[in-house]
Amino acid sequence: MSQSLKLSLTRRYRFAASHRLYSAKFSDAENQRLYGKCSNPYGHGHNYVVEVKIAGPVDPATGMIANLGELDPFVEREVLEAFDHKYLNEEIAEFAETVPTTENVCREIYRRLKKFPAARLESVRIEETSNNSFEFAGERAESEVQHA
Amino acid sequence: MEGKGVPGENPMIRVTRKVEFSAAHYYHNPAFSPEENRRIFGKCNNPHGHGHNYVLEVTVAGEPDPATGMVLDLKELKDVLQREVVDRMDHRHLNYEVPELAGKIPTCENIAAVIWNLLEPKIKQGKLDRVRLYESSDLFADCTAGANGAGART
Repeated sequence: MSQSLKLSLTRRYRFAASHRLYSAKFSDAENQRLYGKCSNPYGHGHNYVVEVKIAGPVDPATGMIANLGELDPFVEREVLEAFDHKYLNEEIAEFAETVPTTENVCREIYRRLKKFPAARLESVRIEETSNNSFEFAGERAESEVQHA
Repeated sequence: MEGKGVPGENPMIRVTRKVEFSAAHYYHNPAFSPEENRRIFGKCNNPHGHGHNYVLEVTVAGEPDPATGMVLDLKELKDVLQREVVDRMDHRHLNYEVPELAGKIPTCENIAAVIWNLLEPKIKQGKLDRVRLYESSDLFADCTAGANGAGART
């Protein structure tokens, strides 16, 4: 019974945004072939769901890994205000050169939330649609990368 | 003995069973002042309590028994969940009616850990792999075994 337990807390947030999958490194024909209808020059949009998983010890005084009263405004400030009802390609500086695939959106949101001071960010999982989801749990350790 | 029947040669499978219960709770730490309780716990500090429809997902991992094709008998797991969790917590006030939570703030994290400790010794086939407790569709806690499987109890 005296087993150490690992606890995490996951909170789901939502934002709606448009994007276009297009890379200036490729010709228009290559973009079309690679990205298909996602390369439509006018862009298109999704209702994104962002699952934020935090982990760490549970504070016995509050029963919490982190207070949602801190996590919610942090996610709001760092991510939702910037991403909600925006055109990701033009309104998020990080996507000026980087294609805003949901893989890359996942990494960018992870980077922004990693700074959360009250608990360790474990992973960010994004549902682009109810059929497609992407998850990022941080860069692999040096040793793993060398052997990859 | 045929090779296919040798335990250890089948790949591990995770089996998940879901069950729901409804319960009341509120957050309050008597060591804090009333102002601190309100500041830290917000509307969850309302002394009249409030409730949720909790959704519990219990995952058991193991190798399917070659004779039955099952990791465990789901009917037995269903009975364990009914006895250990639903009978204890469904339509109860978690602050007052569940002794395992006495002295703890009944957050999603703490309830998940209590449920882990209730279920873990009762799983006879396979191993308890994860307890996931949804307080709402947008908030859940996961409880799994710690890195080395032994140490201080949470």
